[in-house]
Amino acid sequence: MSDREAKGKVGIRELSPIDVYKLLPRTNCKQCGEENCMAFATKVVNREVPIEKCPPLLTKEFEKAYRQLKEMLKPAVKEISIGTGDRIVKIGGKLVMYRHEFTYFNPTAFAIDVTDEMSDEAILERIKRTETFSFEYIGQTLRLDMIAIRSTSNNPEKFKAVVQKVVKNTNLPMILCSLNPNVLEAGLMTASKSRPLLYAATKDNWQEMAELAMKYNCPLTVFAPNNLKLLKSLTKTLLNYGVEDLVLDPGTFSGNGLADTLNNFTMIRRAACKRGDELCSFPLIGVPMTVWMERDGTPEEIAKWREAYLASLLIVRFADIIILHSVDGWSLLPNVILRQNIYTDPRKPVAVEPGLKVFGTPDETSPVMFTTNFALTYYTVASDIESAKVNAYLLVVDTEGIAVDSAVAGRKLTAEKVADALKTSGIEGKVKHRKLIIPGKSARLSGEIEELSGWQVLVGPRDSSDIPKFLQEKWQTQT
Amino acid sequence: MKKLEKENRNLGEKKQEENVFGLKLSPRLMELLAKLQEIELEDFEMNVGDLEIWLQPGAVATPTFVLPKVAAPVKAKPAEILEAEFIPPVETYPGKVVEVKLGATKTEGGTRGKMHIIGGETSPAFYTFERPVVHSPVITLDVFDMEVPLAKAVKMHVKDVIGNPAAWAKLAVEKFGADMITIHLISIDPLVKDASPRDAVKTVEEVAQAVDVPLVIGGCGDPVKDADVFEAIAETFAGERFLMSSVTRDMDVERCAKFIKKYRHVALSFTPMDLNLARELNRRLYDFLPKEDIVMDLTTAALGYGLDYAFTNMERARLAALMGDPELAHPMSSGTTNAWAAREAWLKMAPEWEPRELRGPLWEVVTALTLLLAGVDLFMMMHPAAVKTLKDITSQLLGEGSGNADRLVEWVSTKI
Repeated sequence: MSDREAKGKVGIRELSPIDVYKLLPRTNCKQCGEENCMAFATKVVNREVPIEKCPPLLTKEFEKAYRQLKEMLKPAVKEISIGTGDRIVKIGGKLVMYRHEFTYFNPTAFAIDVTDEMSDEAILERIKRTETFSFEYIGQTLRLDMIAIRSTSNNPEKFKAVVQKVVKNTNLPMILCSLNPNVLEAGLMTASKSRPLLYAATKDNWQEMAELAMKYNCPLTVFAPNNLKLLKSLTKTLLNYGVEDLVLDPGTFSGNGLADTLNNFTMIRRAACKRGDELCSFPLIGVPMTVWMERDGTPEEIAKWREAYLASLLIVRFADIIILHSVDGWSLLPNVILRQNIYTDPRKPVAVEPGLKVFGTPDETSPVMFTTNFALTYYTVASDIESAKVNAYLLVVDTEGIAVDSAVAGRKLTAEKVADALKTSGIEGKVKHRKLIIPGKSARLSGEIEELSGWQVLVGPRDSSDIPKFLQEKWQTQT
Repeated sequence: MKKLEKENRNLGEKKQEENVFGLKLSPRLMELLAKLQEIELEDFEMNVGDLEIWLQPGAVATPTFVLPKVAAPVKAKPAEILEAEFIPPVETYPGKVVEVKLGATKTEGGTRGKMHIIGGETSPAFYTFERPVVHSPVITLDVFDMEVPLAKAVKMHVKDVIGNPAAWAKLAVEKFGADMITIHLISIDPLVKDASPRDAVKTVEEVAQAVDVPLVIGGCGDPVKDADVFEAIAETFAGERFLMSSVTRDMDVERCAKFIKKYRHVALSFTPMDLNLARELNRRLYDFLPKEDIVMDLTTAALGYGLDYAFTNMERARLAALMGDPELAHPMSSGTTNAWAAREAWLKMAPEWEPRELRGPLWEVVTALTLLLAGVDLFMMMHPAAVKTLKDITSQLLGEGSGNADRLVEWVSTKI
């Protein structure tokens, strides 16, 4: 694809390895693990290694070059860490506004709320749900990231007690939410080492909040709903006060305020990425759970539905953290997958290596199936074959990374390709039968495959989740 | 051998059926889902101002923007708020997406009761701080000319009209709020029923009689058969500006473009996720068709199954169009129904992910919204709740925005 569509009027952040190389020691000392300084520079530009991996650069001699490089590589949106330990969350660190311009770093963190007036059981259950939520997806485990603790009581003692409970039961990073600095500090005292995100500094409490953020070394949210001038003014004030790690909340409005939400998020991110506006160069927090304020007796499912779609809009439009109330799998699953999709590196192909894959310990009577080399298709089929615990061969046909139905429609998956793959894979020497199970969605190719390859075709299921059943019923009667 | 293959295919389909329709929905959920639909659909028939009764109709509090001033740097800890300015980062773009008319009323040479204009954008999708949206996105609902495997969550809404495209179209327009109808001519596939162009014309005739919205004519994917069928339909319904879905690179592009032009319809230029191929096909169409008669489909992949490609491809295409690339300056259509190709949309999963009757339509909503933000103008959709949700959201996004800041602040301490 040509990059003519990638270049906007306001140039994208383009940095060549040469720019970095010029500032490196250029001794090819290999201490970084790379063959030479140019290879290291290339990785640095691709954000695959931090410049701190170059030991000489950190010496006094190269101090100036190091600072220059730091500035040169500075992301348009500051990277901020929340929490400590193995579940530490990093947000922001965005280099670009649009993912095709480079790639997005630090996927949107998902926080689930608890309050200081919930029952002990409810709190523990929500913590457990947040901690143990997991979904396996193309070789990755998708998870939830944080607990947001809200004070609905406005009572410091109650807030302190709930923060204590959360700290005791999980090491997930926290967001402490109260606009009352006294309440917030009561909670913060029991979590002083945990580096929670504080929510939030407003036009009324910013000074006390700034003191808390500095005293406990915590990142601080700036909250100025629907008022970007105020949001920037507060940010400027807090930076001058000495608080460096800020997160911006322009307000998550739904319903008739939805246009404001998207406009505010978009304007802030554009100002940061395209205009170099330092006061906008911080991560954004979205709060889809604001829909629960306006429930008005509608069923819970409808609030969950609205919260879910608001979350989707925010994941696509630049939110670096979102706070959610629903812990239902049906409402969370589309969004953890959407987050994974949007944060997938578009520079990397999602195709897997074509060729013959072996499952279990197949012999000369084991079934032979084929699928495409689109990574998602491959991983899905592979996991279904694994779960069936059968011994089998899976032939991965090169469809240029396209899924079965699209590949058939787009002529990327043809009988010729399948026949070719059968020949070159060496499968004909591994099994004594000549029966090929093909994806149900490629059924229209079956006649041609038989003609060209000489193999007998068995049309398999349209969805690979039916492979175990198919093998049990069809393969056994076949052999 | 052939028989065996057929048997296998039948078996495969049957198993799929079982899989799709296996679970019984609990009565409570059924009620809720029905309610969701009812509430929402009722609302939709009210005027736009009443659209979302659940909203707090707040005071308008749009941000005020002041001209920039240079503020002096402050060294000591500030004792009061330091003023900063915010200027909306508004851009202007050299390019503009062409406007395409779908459907033709009597005065325009057709028989439709309404028509829609899509395209015309001069800003990225819903950058309404920059410029208002020119034309609201349009939703066309799928109608099939024969029985096809449908997810249970979808089938429960259309079970009475399957096999009766005219009744299905009527239901989709009157109950589900479809702006347009896509009649999918599955039966013309030589590998399915190989129905004749004449049969297809008859089916389209029935649908066109039943509803007065513009139609999308959906082919079967066979490049030769589709051209034959499209031509017969184009001629019979001359002047209707139906959208022919779709013209692909492996069809006789010249022939298709010529009959689409001659009989005054619109081409859907379909390419598989590659902007260079999209440009190439559009260039071939330009030899015979004006730009105003071309909508493009850059391929929609489902959430979880390549949505990132579809999203980025469309976002790039739209930004390119705005930056002045004329070959991509067409309104975009999305086969959002593809969301249902994701097994997570219809499969019965472990109890913690259920009910799929909500998960499924939400899958379609999330797929649609993602692409809405990339710039899609025409959505081909399936589930009534997904359609209603997309309509609500787009109408909210078209508005001025009236986020109530004073009320929102309370979210922190609100008991749920």
